[in-house]
Amino acid sequence: MIKNKAFNEFLNEAGNISAFTGRFFKECFRPRYEFGEFLKQCYFIGYKSLGLVGVTAFIMGLVITMQSRPTLVEFGAEAWLPKMVSVSLIREIAPVITALICAGKIGSGMGAELGSMRVTEQIDAMEVSGTNPFKYLVVTRVFAAILMIPILGVLADAISLYGAYLGCNIHGVVSWQLFWNQVFETNAYTDLIPAVLKTFFFGLAIGIIGCYKGYTTSKGTEGVGRSANSAVVIASLLVFVLDLIAVQIADLLGLT
Amino acid sequence: MLKEETQHTTQTSSGDYVMSIRNLYKGFGSNKVLNDFSLNIPKGKSIGVLGKSGSGKSVLIKCIIGLMPPDSGSINVLGQEVPKLNNEDLDKLRVKVGFLFQSNALYDSMTVRENLEFPLRRHWMKKETRNVNDLVMEALEAVGLGHTVDMMPSELSGGMRKRIAIARTLILKPEIILYDEPTTGLDPITGREISHLMVEVQKKYNTTSIIISHDLNCVKIAADSLVMLIEGKNYAEGTFNEMKASTDPKIKLFFE
Repeated sequence: MIKNKAFNEFLNEAGNISAFTGRFFKECFRPRYEFGEFLKQCYFIGYKSLGLVGVTAFIMGLVITMQSRPTLVEFGAEAWLPKMVSVSLIREIAPVITALICAGKIGSGMGAELGSMRVTEQIDAMEVSGTNPFKYLVVTRVFAAILMIPILGVLADAISLYGAYLGCNIHGVVSWQLFWNQVFETNAYTDLIPAVLKTFFFGLAIGIIGCYKGYTTSKGTEGVGRSANSAVVIASLLVFVLDLIAVQIADLLGLT
Repeated sequence: MLKEETQHTTQTSSGDYVMSIRNLYKGFGSNKVLNDFSLNIPKGKSIGVLGKSGSGKSVLIKCIIGLMPPDSGSINVLGQEVPKLNNEDLDKLRVKVGFLFQSNALYDSMTVRENLEFPLRRHWMKKETRNVNDLVMEALEAVGLGHTVDMMPSELSGGMRKRIAIARTLILKPEIILYDEPTTGLDPITGREISHLMVEVQKKYNTTSIIISHDLNCVKIAADSLVMLIEGKNYAEGTFNEMKASTDPKIKLFFE
């Protein structure tokens, strides 16, 4: 009986999120377009997350290179280090780490901000002021996430590769030119494009979940905390699920 | 004075109603919050609606402004049937109906000036009529807070925030103002000041008001007559003194 209830709640939530996503697509093509608010959100989501994403990407590049090195040395394949690390960074690690950082920072921010606006009646006040709050608050944020997370992902690729270059040079000597020659030799557009494409979907998932949780907050300040928390949890989980689906699709299309 | 007697008196003294609510029903699941509620409000009058917490007072004015759809019944505001209006017509009507939220609903991320400009800029029909800055200053001066124009809501006291919320409501020069618990959370002195401000606003701008409250001092100062919302119905209507002198046990409970 309890299991049944939990399953029903899960289906209910999934249905509500689907309806929320449907409303997003319906509203985003209708005027009036909130360009000012959209640019403001791009600034908050993109520029304000750059530092955190950059530091994390750099560390990941450096650490993965240093940890991969001993295994390759054992097989006498040390020269392959830039090739191997760059493939894993570009195809998987940089996009997923960027998405996870954004799920934590942006998803929780959206959940908390919209949640507190809901419980303090600011969303109702917007509606009374002749503004469609869904368009003003949700569409702008989700669009900004869809646009900014891929840009952050590409920047994370570049920064993590720089970290990998330094990692290669801690115990060995790899020239700047040799490193980049190997990176570009190994990676083709078929590596880069699927990786960038999936970050658009990561952006959509993070934006939708953060906004959904915030927009539908109830039960006062306790509800705000719960919204922020569940936004992070669900968005992070969805990032992995989408990543799994993306890998399967890339595999089916022969892009792996 | 019970409802039937009073309605007869009101209708014969004035046939010019700006708002007419008939047989309004609204429930949440099995909980019938509004149960055949009816009310007529003549132009220029200030009506206080008294009721216990959870009796459906806020639900009533949210139905009036179109934030909540009623289950059935008629809400005629300034000659328009609110439940039947489309979004565009509802927005046009909302220019003429101001709403003061219980929690003030000031936008935390905006300055006082931006808070006041928001409804002005959103309601297209108002934004080009006069210089926006003049209108903002005029509304702020009307509540005696011209000096706070560039402050953030978080820098203001509870009473000041309430005044700013009244200024934001006034900026569109509404014909009707709906006050949702205007003195809740304020100390008695500030509550009294806000009540007197509401009277001043009514005289200066010749507005019609509905004041939802359970604060007897507030409705005594600011309301011309009272409506008792009991068990979802318009239980009784009359002046403050008439209600206070009532021998009906349900009404007496409020004045003990």
